[in-house]
Amino acid sequence: MSSPIIQFENFSFQYKSQAEPTLHNINLSIYPGEKVLIAGPSGCGKSTLASCINGLIPFAYPGEQSGSLKISGEEAKDTSIFQLSKTVGTVLQDPDGQFIGLTVAEDIAFVLENACTPQKEMIPRVKAVSDKVGIGHHLDHAPDELSGGQKQRVSMAGVMINDVQVFLFDEPLANLDPATGKQAIELIDQIHRDTQAAIVIIEHRLEDVLWRDVDRIILMRDGKILLDSAPDQLLSTGLLLENGIREPLYLTAMRYAGVNITPEILPQSIRSVRLSEEDRRLVRDWGAQQLPAPAPEPGEALLSAEGIDFTYENGFHALKGVSLRIEKGELLAIVGTNGAGKSTFSKVICGFEKPQKGVLKFKGQDMSSLSIKERADRIGYVMQNPNQMISKSFIFDEVALGLRLRGVAEEEIARRVEETLKICGLYPFRKWPISALSFGQKKRVTIASILVLNPEMLILDEPTAGQDFRHYTEIMEFLRGLSALDITVVMITHDMHLMLEYAKRAVVFSQGQIIADDTSANILTSPDIIRRASLKETSLYDLALMCGAEAPNRFVQHFIDYDREARTHG
Amino acid sequence: MVKLFNFIDRKSPIHALTGASKLACMMCWIFAAMVTFDTRYLIFLTVAAVALFQVSKIHLSDVKVLLIFTLVFLLLNNALIYLFSPEHGVTIYGSRTLLLHIVGRYTITSQQLLYHLNVVLKYTATIPVVMLFICTTQPSEFASSLNRIGVSYRISYSVSLALRYIPDVMKEFHDISLAQQARGVELSGKAGVFKRLKSATSILMPLILSSLDRIEVVSNAMELRCFGREKSRTWYREQPFLRNDYLAFICGFVLIAVSLLLNIPNGGRYWNPF
Repeated sequence: MSSPIIQFENFSFQYKSQAEPTLHNINLSIYPGEKVLIAGPSGCGKSTLASCINGLIPFAYPGEQSGSLKISGEEAKDTSIFQLSKTVGTVLQDPDGQFIGLTVAEDIAFVLENACTPQKEMIPRVKAVSDKVGIGHHLDHAPDELSGGQKQRVSMAGVMINDVQVFLFDEPLANLDPATGKQAIELIDQIHRDTQAAIVIIEHRLEDVLWRDVDRIILMRDGKILLDSAPDQLLSTGLLLENGIREPLYLTAMRYAGVNITPEILPQSIRSVRLSEEDRRLVRDWGAQQLPAPAPEPGEALLSAEGIDFTYENGFHALKGVSLRIEKGELLAIVGTNGAGKSTFSKVICGFEKPQKGVLKFKGQDMSSLSIKERADRIGYVMQNPNQMISKSFIFDEVALGLRLRGVAEEEIARRVEETLKICGLYPFRKWPISALSFGQKKRVTIASILVLNPEMLILDEPTAGQDFRHYTEIMEFLRGLSALDITVVMITHDMHLMLEYAKRAVVFSQGQIIADDTSANILTSPDIIRRASLKETSLYDLALMCGAEAPNRFVQHFIDYDREARTHG
Repeated sequence: MVKLFNFIDRKSPIHALTGASKLACMMCWIFAAMVTFDTRYLIFLTVAAVALFQVSKIHLSDVKVLLIFTLVFLLLNNALIYLFSPEHGVTIYGSRTLLLHIVGRYTITSQQLLYHLNVVLKYTATIPVVMLFICTTQPSEFASSLNRIGVSYRISYSVSLALRYIPDVMKEFHDISLAQQARGVELSGKAGVFKRLKSATSILMPLILSSLDRIEVVSNAMELRCFGREKSRTWYREQPFLRNDYLAFICGFVLIAVSLLLNIPNGGRYWNPF
């Protein structure tokens, strides 16, 4: 066997600003041509590990390290970030932030420009690489003319052009819709086959990455490597759930049905799994069980939209006669691709944009005369990135802001803020500066700062973006609790797990229209809607088909109900 | 969305020039117009600038916003000059031809009128050229042009980065301000100036924080792709100099030379017909 291209030996690292090491005694070798997935919950050190490989540590983020890390046989700390980048190409998480050039071609050529490559040589190389990733027809496009997936392709091309030996992908799925994410995984696989380079993927969405085979999975926890094994082995253990990573849904369903999961049945992906006739029967029978379904209670309409039509100033027809009824206390998901109209619809509800046609009624009352501020007393809007909302240094002040601006008396403010902080589980932190909070806690601060105004409806844009399974569960259980308090929660999301597990009802936008309004189980088992909304079929659907279940949508619904029971009652 | 650089892609000899020669030529032109107060030469420059504008196939409607902005500025500038020194021209030209007495020290003299005419002409001689440069230069080519005329590539590239990220930051500003308005921050004219300033901080804080995040990502992404490794860099979008580019350079220098040489017969920067 050839020598490893990346080799950690007894490697530890501590950031300058931190009291504890982030990585402990890492031993890991990655060989040329291997494809490795590094998984673990937030804060497990997987991103730090990636920064060590590409040289951001120690060259951009200094700290103390011990042990050795060799990249292509050379001790990394004795080289430079520039030298390392000849071996390791990194595609960062945020496709927007890392798009540096003013156009696609310039961004791809960036590394060549910096190496003083003559223009004559650059042009054909950029063309060749861009064709490989399927972006060759967009060379003159500016970043704002591209979709998230296309921007990611540009980033990949910008790294490929340097003929690197290792591709490092930092959470490549974080900002993509499900269908685009699937294509990204396919493209990574194709790059792997074409270039024979080693591929390292950092991601906690295991099921999505395993859509294409990987050689090994490295499971990390608390700065240590917990397990380094082939996917089939890892998936046969219970280690994933124990460590806060979601296991593929089809495996959870198989476990519920009593199937014994062993490496022999190839659990790596729904396409590889081999089930015996006996196992299929188990799954089929389990799926056919009837749980006492909660009777659907016809709710009272809170918000109703009739024939909303909206065109932006630049002529983009974003909403084409949208009608929708949202009930009191409902937990509703709005899904669809970028540009499908879901964000515009929420802006129209909040009064940020005025529709040219149509009526919006809140509790039967026309809202058209209400200002942004007046609407905000009834409908709260929470942005995706909490850093875009937080404007005070302390939690109390941040949550109190809206009340102070409304001239509420200080005593009343203190009472309401404390009450809200208790609901949000932030009361113990009330005297803390916001900068000391985690991302998930900040998110809750922003929700609290809206909730304190007593809205009857909350609209959240991607409430769980960038969260690992534990934080995801925390936030979502919290939102479910709110809906039990009769607050209507509307979530705009790409996350199909969120849809399946928490939203009873989902509304699908496509090209400015609502193309489906149904239970999440029904939507995620109808191929036509999935294709038009750039969603992805749930693996439960494939499992149901494989086992010959009679009605795949009922099978999925059963899984959701069963899973909810199992999780609430342990 | 407002675009800072409004490149208008049309086929014309001006478009075909490289960014570097256009930049150099524009700077020569501005310098020439700034130095002299020779009304005849300023008229010549104005006529030439308008002619170039015709050649470039850029229409007035394309630059309406900029034009209005300049016009307002022009009026303001003249009003202030008159307000603070209504007989500035008299001091400069050393003679006084009174045309009309308004009130107190405010008079209208031929000398003052000529002085104002010069100020107006300075605008009309330079603004069309600046607009031409903005409308006919590809943003991508801008950074490489700066680098070519001798500015360090790190500084040149930061200009390019600003062009790249300013629209993003503006969009973010817009989103943040809407969300803060929803929480009750009053930004409209209903609130007093002081209150509005205070409200502005509730938008600036998040904007600064998220911009800092962005800067970290960008600088990491640039370093990971070797920005700053070499003493120089090449540019993907760079055009070779052609005959017209050299002609443009020569024109630029001639303009400056004439502007300076006019000092000799005029005996100073001012052409004095009085």
